[in-house]
Amino acid sequence: MEEMFAQLEEIFRDVFDNSGLNVNAETTASDVPGWDSLTNINLIFAVERQFKVRFALGEIQELNNVGEMAALICKKQAVKH
Amino acid sequence: MPETHNSATCQVPRELQFPFSSESILRKRQAFRRELLKRPGLQPVKIAILGGSTTADVKSMLELFLLAAGLAPSFYESAYNAYYEDVLFENPELWSFKPEIVFVHTTWQNVSQFPDIRSSEAAAKQRLQTEMSRFEAFWEKIRSDLGAVIVQNNFDLPRLRPLGNLDGSAAQGRAYFLQQLNSAFAQFAQKHSWLLINDIGYLSAQVGLAEWFDYNYWYSYHMAVSPTAAVFVGQNVARIIQSIYGKSKKCLVLDLDNTLWGGVIGDDGLANLVLGRDHPLGEAFQSFQRYAKELRDRGILLAVCSKNDEENARQGFSHPDSILKVEDFSVFKANWRPKPENIREIADQLNIGLDALVFVDDNPVERALVADQLPEVAVPEIGCDVTLFAEILEREGHFEAVRIVSDDLARTAYYRSNADRSSFQSKFENYGEFLAALEMTAEIASFQPVYLERITQLINKTNQFNLTTRRYTRTEVESVSVHPAYITLYGRLCDKYGDNGLVSAIIAKVKDGIAEIELWLMSCRVLKREMECAMFDAFVEECIVRGIQTIIGAYIPSQKNGMVANLYPEMGFRCIEQESQDCTRWQYQIPLGYQLKSQYISRIMPKIATVCGD
Repeated sequence: MEEMFAQLEEIFRDVFDNSGLNVNAETTASDVPGWDSLTNINLIFAVERQFKVRFALGEIQELNNVGEMAALICKKQAVKH
Repeated sequence: MPETHNSATCQVPRELQFPFSSESILRKRQAFRRELLKRPGLQPVKIAILGGSTTADVKSMLELFLLAAGLAPSFYESAYNAYYEDVLFENPELWSFKPEIVFVHTTWQNVSQFPDIRSSEAAAKQRLQTEMSRFEAFWEKIRSDLGAVIVQNNFDLPRLRPLGNLDGSAAQGRAYFLQQLNSAFAQFAQKHSWLLINDIGYLSAQVGLAEWFDYNYWYSYHMAVSPTAAVFVGQNVARIIQSIYGKSKKCLVLDLDNTLWGGVIGDDGLANLVLGRDHPLGEAFQSFQRYAKELRDRGILLAVCSKNDEENARQGFSHPDSILKVEDFSVFKANWRPKPENIREIADQLNIGLDALVFVDDNPVERALVADQLPEVAVPEIGCDVTLFAEILEREGHFEAVRIVSDDLARTAYYRSNADRSSFQSKFENYGEFLAALEMTAEIASFQPVYLERITQLINKTNQFNLTTRRYTRTEVESVSVHPAYITLYGRLCDKYGDNGLVSAIIAKVKDGIAEIELWLMSCRVLKREMECAMFDAFVEECIVRGIQTIIGAYIPSQKNGMVANLYPEMGFRCIEQESQDCTRWQYQIPLGYQLKSQYISRIMPKIATVCGD
């Protein structure tokens, strides 16, 4: 899980071009400058590529914070293996 | 943060060169953008993106690749799927934006109606005509009201084939319909130089339909092309646009051993070269030679830069399976000196900038040396597998053309005869004697319809001998050519070695008895022939005919036009204004009994226009 948060943080830092950004389980869109509906799509795409998962239609809208996103990624990766 | 490996600010960063990682570009786009915007000398360009679906990713990718090519775009972006309404209802925001380029991002989903399974063949044909008429009305309106160049997507194939295989061959098939439409689009583009096709039919095949179209991204965000696909669309459209602005490369510099043939000619000898169909690798080298030959046939210059004894190097081309011949090369450098020196000489001899060269060499050490010492030269990472050389070159779009203009086809012949001109010069002590012996004649007249294409091309690609670097679209060139308040002149220079083609242009606006020069440029091919004097003489003559006594001209400095900083004072103008950032304005009073400045060029009347060679 810690490894996943480290990778998620890297993705956030790249997508938002902010090398000082810190991300934890409670982080939401209001915590990150520049996180809007357009950059959200960029984030989702980068996450799907990095972790080799696909979010199904409607799944993303139900996520409330980064912690829930990480949990969902774990679930999908468990299903694959 | 992405590192830009090239110290020069005019090179495309390695990460944005083919083969690139689209995933990485998408993820780090903000940092790339930030770095690229720092580059000096970016040329602004106004682009309207009219979309038939979500355009956000296509826009951000197009911006990145344009910045990498030295162009700084400002965008108008239509509201979601408002491409048609924006034009037909003359959206005021679009109209006042006055784009130079209109990029129409439509896909197969924007076809208003496909034939259905019950359609007869005649009904299907009618649907095609209706669809084509819809697009034609759209394009004609953009062209007449906005005067912009249009970059129009053709159609990608849908992932789904409801009719199975029949989808592509039955009259009712959707894929068949799209193929017909693509064909009709191409024919329209052939007839109208202001419309260029962005071939997403090809791109989608190359990327693969499953990567090109993502169902989730369509249903969630109405992105008709996936984020991955958007990278390829952005790169491809940027290629087209940079070609419109004259930034395509002009010369391919080639190594020989293991680049144009397998083996080392100096060691292996002619008989042992791997070239030709007897050997799989030999056939691959032949294919690469064929690609280079086809470039040359459409006006791209070829040069050799090889570490070899010259005689050995030349001998390689006498191989019976060699598609290329020594005569195909405009410059042939085979010696043991460092390649960067040779390449610099190649550029000098051809009278083109280093930034117009592409260097191809299978040896990574040579590539790295040239890339390091001559940062303006494009050095693609072609690897060492010859089967991929041509594709890696082509996918970067170095030699992208928007039109085959007959001047391009004649260009290679010009450069061959220029070698004759250079050796001719060394025989003369006195430069004036040399110019006289060239027996130069110039056809200088107002813009003629048959030359408008070539004049527009010249205006958009000439950077060095260019007083104002003002660009004109084809529509603008046409309208000044018929406008009574404008003086236009083109110049075409011939000498005893041949026809240099159309090499100079002047556009001036007349107001209150004063002629103000808005554009004065000349091709580097004819520097130091006093062609600019001949052009000025013709311009003064035209002013006298119109009763004009005062000529005004501005010099607007750019990164590349330092050579004309003193042109106006040398012509006898005096400075009347020093504006900000070294812009200067100059004035010339035509004296009674004006003395011609040109001594060695005879002016001739325009020929009756013929199809080729004009």
